[in-house]
Amino acid sequence: MASINGQGGNQGEGGTPAGGDRRRPPEWADGLKQLYDSVVEEALPDSFKDLLDRLDAIPPARGRDDGK
Amino acid sequence: MSGGEPSGGQPSAPGRSAADKSDFKRDLTDVVPHLRAFARGLCGRPDLADDLVQETLLKAWAAQDRFEPGTSMRAWTFVILRNAYLTDMRRNRFRGEYDEGVAERILTAPAGQEEPIHLSDLHRALLTLPAERREALLLVGAGGFSYEEAAAICGCAVGTIKSRVGRARAALSEMLASGSIPRRSTDDDVAHSAILEELEAVAGGNGVNSRG
Repeated sequence: MASINGQGGNQGEGGTPAGGDRRRPPEWADGLKQLYDSVVEEALPDSFKDLLDRLDAIPPARGRDDGK
Repeated sequence: MSGGEPSGGQPSAPGRSAADKSDFKRDLTDVVPHLRAFARGLCGRPDLADDLVQETLLKAWAAQDRFEPGTSMRAWTFVILRNAYLTDMRRNRFRGEYDEGVAERILTAPAGQEEPIHLSDLHRALLTLPAERREALLLVGAGGFSYEEAAAICGCAVGTIKSRVGRARAALSEMLASGSIPRRSTDDDVAHSAILEELEAVAGGNGVNSRG
């Protein structure tokens, strides 16, 4: 394995250059959450609810006899 | 409920009660937005991501007896989703494709930063990471899971998750700082070969490397 320090372009006030785990989350960390949250907040297409409704409408007793 | 009622008079049946089932459906419905977000982060293209979510819902529904009420539905379904993703990747469905629809949004600049980061850059950079680092970072850095929870989802040790997240962060910081984010045209190659490398490891060298 190559060493993982030496990522020269350390931005801003010195974080801890060596070691994988930084004290302070990098500046883009918030962007990751934004990417995620922006999808979470999207209007949900009906297809998902429809799928679950269809699944829910299937009688569970059908052909399902768990022996125990 | 009409019909199909299991031999009455036994309210404490070992199986799932009707209430459990409706709880399950409600909880599953509630996590769909999170499944979409996780899937989008993993595979980049909204349509494929949504296919993956549909697949996840089907599998989760079929496996609902294995869900323990009171535990995290989000964690449980994420396991299913990531397994489905890895399987689909093995079949070469995701070619590191990237949808620019996500893209043109601009990340609001954090205080004290001169230049805003484009979410599109961030997402592209994310997609170049090996799959297991990408998912680790998504779980911890975007989904808000603890290292322990993420380790449980990925079926690996906590230390492994920490190291994957650390490496993913370092790689992203490096790419974003140096501006060496693969462009869309080359993104496929870079991301795809990273994915393939990862897959070969995952699949134990199952001849995934045949590509044109």
